[in-house]
Amino acid sequence: MNLTLHVWRQAGPDAPGKMVIYEATGVSPEMSFLEMLDVVNEGLTERGEVPIAFDHDCREGICGSCSLMINGVAHGPMRGTATCQLHMRSFKDGDTIYIEPWRARAFRVIKDLAVDRSPLDRIIQAGGFITAPTGSAQDANNILVAKESVDDAMDAAACIGCGACVAACPNASASLFTAAKITHLGLLPQGQSERYRRALKMVQQMELEEFGSCTLHGECQEACPKEISIDTITRMNRDFLRASLLGTRP
Amino acid sequence: MGRLGSFYGSMVGKKVVMGVTGLIGIAYLILHVLGNLLVFRGPTAINSYAHFLKSTGELLWTVRIILIVAVILHVVAAVQLTQQNRAARPIGYTRREPQVATIASRTMRWGGALLLIFIIFHILHFTTGTIRPAGVFSSEDVYANMVTSFRIWWVALFYVIAMVALGLHLFHGAWSSVRSIGVSPKSPQPFHRTVSLLLAVLVWAGFTSIPVAVFVGLVR
Repeated sequence: MNLTLHVWRQAGPDAPGKMVIYEATGVSPEMSFLEMLDVVNEGLTERGEVPIAFDHDCREGICGSCSLMINGVAHGPMRGTATCQLHMRSFKDGDTIYIEPWRARAFRVIKDLAVDRSPLDRIIQAGGFITAPTGSAQDANNILVAKESVDDAMDAAACIGCGACVAACPNASASLFTAAKITHLGLLPQGQSERYRRALKMVQQMELEEFGSCTLHGECQEACPKEISIDTITRMNRDFLRASLLGTRP
Repeated sequence: MGRLGSFYGSMVGKKVVMGVTGLIGIAYLILHVLGNLLVFRGPTAINSYAHFLKSTGELLWTVRIILIVAVILHVVAAVQLTQQNRAARPIGYTRREPQVATIASRTMRWGGALLLIFIIFHILHFTTGTIRPAGVFSSEDVYANMVTSFRIWWVALFYVIAMVALGLHLFHGAWSSVRSIGVSPKSPQPFHRTVSLLLAVLVWAGFTSIPVAVFVGLVR
């Protein structure tokens, strides 16, 4: 396969950036999207040009490092898939592919396609944890949890923190990310003691990081490689509202 | 003010305010469209209904004040959130393909602005009689006001266009407001989305039928 790539190139956080056109030749349909970029980068290196910077780590869809807005869709055309698990068979010979970084005020471009997602880490630091005694594990089934709660908590816990929800949201809102963590911990007995404080603090941090607000387009749920539901956002709103009514202190 | 201030200061708090005020608007619109449809039962039916509403005095003003406050809160919160949301993405994408956003969800802002203009026009037109497209206005004869106005093509057209905006606004608003205030049950295929669609279509059809019926001469 031969492809034409339009790639965002930006030398550093404060440098101006622009879309640059590259020809990717001899691409195999079995390659992952990131492998295709590796091949392009080899060519660039051989020609003495600076390779395209992009984030990646595990390349098996669980670490949340890879990003990329591919043809205007976060993580590309495959539903429920991170960029690393997207394969070139999803494209046709002769295709033109636009590759851009996640765009949000909160996500500063570090270089080319790599953005700084530490605002998401700070949202987790604000309340995405439980106060539990550490030490040896207690007996299994010591704390009973309803099956439905376990299922919903696990679905929410599947979030890998990639930031596709922010990238896909027309408002650059981090609501799905924040709501997933609030839902995951708020559904389990271990997460109850800080439940309302957590909702307040995480929402507060999300806004301090200058993400936008939720207008329920549903784009985040569609982009999420773990297919996390916007039902979690409803739950975040409910917990936030209840915390405000109860006068919970952050 | 502390607790209320920090609640409204939050974007989630503002969305709750928009959700609650939106639901107040929806409740009012349902009553409004049902009342309006009395026009098809003739002048006596709708005029006596209008007379009854005006005879409620303090209750009428209570409802009016609630509605005015709701509209103001809804608009102020919408403007503030829109500014914050625009600021949240200073550099846009060269290419972006929305996947599931509907026409309704994407026209909330411009449609909402059109609806605000419409509401002001509508009150000046049918409530106060300040704007008289047909040159006549009677606070007693609601039926005549409707019939004389909607025979004028641009009045009928403006109402029809505004009702398209209303239908779209209502569809996205009805289904998303319950999520904003955190009361919708979780579901992959939410039942209340169907309810919202039905509600939007019925309210749109009810309101639109009147200027259309007058304009084509079914109601005269």
